[in-house]
Amino acid sequence: MLTLMHFIILSVILFFIGIFGVLTRRNAIGILMSLELIFNAININMVAFSKFLTPQEIYGVIFTVFIITVAAAESVLGLAIILAIYRSGQKIFADEMNLMKW
Amino acid sequence: MEKILLSGFLLVVLPFLAFLIIVTFTKRFKMLSALISITAIFISFILSIIILVWQLKDPSSFLKYDIPWLYIGNLKMNIGIIINSLTAIMLLVVTTVSLLVQIYSISYMKGDEGFSKFFGFISLFSFSMLGIVISNNLLQLYIFWELVGLCSYLLIGFWYFKPEAADAGKKAFVVTRFGDFGFLIGILIISYLSGTFDILEIENFVKNGTLSDKMLLIVVILLFCGAIGKSGQFPLHVWLPDAMEGPTPVSALIHAATMVAAGVFMVARLFPIFSASPDAMLFIAYLGAFTALFSATIALTQDDIKRVLAYSTLSQLGYMMLALGSGGYVAGMFHLYTHAFFKALLFLCAGSVIHAIHSNNIWQMGGLHKKMPVTSITFFIAALAISGIYPLSGFFSKDEIFLSILYSGNKLLYYSAMFTAFLTAFYMFRLYFVTFSGKPKEEKNVHESPLVMTVPLIILALLSIFSGFIGIPDIKFSIHKFLFIEHLKEAHFDFKVALTSNIIALSGILLAYLIYGLKIINADNLKQKSGIIYNILKNKYYIDEFYMFLIKNIYYTSTEAIKWFDRHIVDGAVNLVAFLCRWTGGKLKLTITGRVQNYAMYIVLGVILIILAIYVYQPDVMNIVRR
Repeated sequence: MLTLMHFIILSVILFFIGIFGVLTRRNAIGILMSLELIFNAININMVAFSKFLTPQEIYGVIFTVFIITVAAAESVLGLAIILAIYRSGQKIFADEMNLMKW
Repeated sequence: MEKILLSGFLLVVLPFLAFLIIVTFTKRFKMLSALISITAIFISFILSIIILVWQLKDPSSFLKYDIPWLYIGNLKMNIGIIINSLTAIMLLVVTTVSLLVQIYSISYMKGDEGFSKFFGFISLFSFSMLGIVISNNLLQLYIFWELVGLCSYLLIGFWYFKPEAADAGKKAFVVTRFGDFGFLIGILIISYLSGTFDILEIENFVKNGTLSDKMLLIVVILLFCGAIGKSGQFPLHVWLPDAMEGPTPVSALIHAATMVAAGVFMVARLFPIFSASPDAMLFIAYLGAFTALFSATIALTQDDIKRVLAYSTLSQLGYMMLALGSGGYVAGMFHLYTHAFFKALLFLCAGSVIHAIHSNNIWQMGGLHKKMPVTSITFFIAALAISGIYPLSGFFSKDEIFLSILYSGNKLLYYSAMFTAFLTAFYMFRLYFVTFSGKPKEEKNVHESPLVMTVPLIILALLSIFSGFIGIPDIKFSIHKFLFIEHLKEAHFDFKVALTSNIIALSGILLAYLIYGLKIINADNLKQKSGIIYNILKNKYYIDEFYMFLIKNIYYTSTEAIKWFDRHIVDGAVNLVAFLCRWTGGKLKLTITGRVQNYAMYIVLGVILIILAIYVYQPDVMNIVRR
């Protein structure tokens, strides 16, 4: 039988894989993809809580749809920024974009 | 009623408007500035007569009007005016003297670069003094009080390019500050205790007797500190003689109607509060008597015509304080009123002489009677008046003072006042005989001053003669009935006292005549015989030197210590804070690497820390997940 705990454990695992990716990938595109993983971990959380804690309500599900939409929009923004940086300086690795410092 | 209140308001504001107009617009047009200033004070003068006439109908009534200014919690601060008999008589004195002094100044200040500025300042001065007179609460009174101090600074230091004048201005401001400090503390204490600034309410509060005797004594002495500074009583009298560096009309104004009268007026205004504390009254009486005697002795030896007059002012102010301290409310105010006229006259005469001779030293004058008859005769009248000779105004007010001292029963004060009267007559006529009688010292082209100057002299001389007649008891408009307040012993005319004071004054005049008029007694011999005493008096008891000694030795050494404390401890603390900020900032900036992933790392670590903190300090939160 699947319980709430199983879903939470899954989302935690997904979340930390995402965090690991964000912190370690050099390629900016890779970082964006890892961000998507984090979003999805949260979506799973939402749906699971909605299903197990308030089965009669559908707020959690609706929220998930919203988050997916917003995440898509953010990805577009992120990609656009990365493209702009790439065009101006031929850089794609995050550790090379270090102009904003003291 | 409303008309009277409105005229009271206008009377104060008009000189201020004149000041604003002169300072902003008409500085270049000298005569226009003078005209604006004189018109303003003239209208004020007319209004003050209207108020006096209204007040004469019913002397015991009063009008009061408040405009709310600042309300903070229970603390109410108003701007308001009060019109009662005291206000009415004082308004008349101030506006009359100001008006005559301003007319006189047209000629005296002719050709001065700061002509317009002078009239602007004088208007401001009149405004501040009228403001004091008409204030109905202590806070407003204090504001105008400080304004008077400011104006005296501006006018004494009017010829600021002379170092002595600039110093004298500073000295007047700083010395009166000492007194004002006590005055402010006194106001704050009494207002805190009674919960109001309103003078009438404070009077009622004091009358109810909820205040302990000791507290009342402290408050009254603190309030009196203000009068000590402004009216030049003993320890703080040093600024007044130096104030002679200003133009002579300013001296006349300061000594007669505005600056020094403020202190006496304040005591009279707060008389019900002062008289509630008999110990404080005794202190005031003794201080007044001492100041009167002390400065009269200094006046005996001074060579500068204006300085002699300055010390005589101190002496007369001492008389007023003595009268007020002895419970002679009417006597003190009456003397203030008569003194304003003859002292203004004396100063304007001195100004007329100085204008002609271009020197202040009386030994360079002499034999001026024939060349300047009007000045000489008016000066003679004023000298008679200040000596208290019957039937001039000074006689009535001085007689009133002697009576009130006699009624208070203090023999010592009475004899010292009588002796001071003798000295007063002596030094005034020493001045007169040296300046006006005998042979001219130098053949200068000396001539009488123009009409603009002599007409005010003549008017003031007439006032010096006749203004005392309101002191005759039991006439319809006597000052006793006009200024009457409750619980006051009424003084009755005493023929013996009047005769004694006149004989004493006449003997003083006679002595001066023998020494300086007929020269039967040689002045130089006297000088040598008295030796050390003469030197002490000549150097004003070395008070100024004593203060300089205090400042140089005690004040400067203590300020050195304070300076060290400020430089090293106070500044050190501030600098330490600044240094710490810079140091930590320098270290922390190394964490700003410019790499996005580092920042993301910090965020993740932060979140983990927060969750850990919640887990440790509020484990209950975690139960939600477990359920």
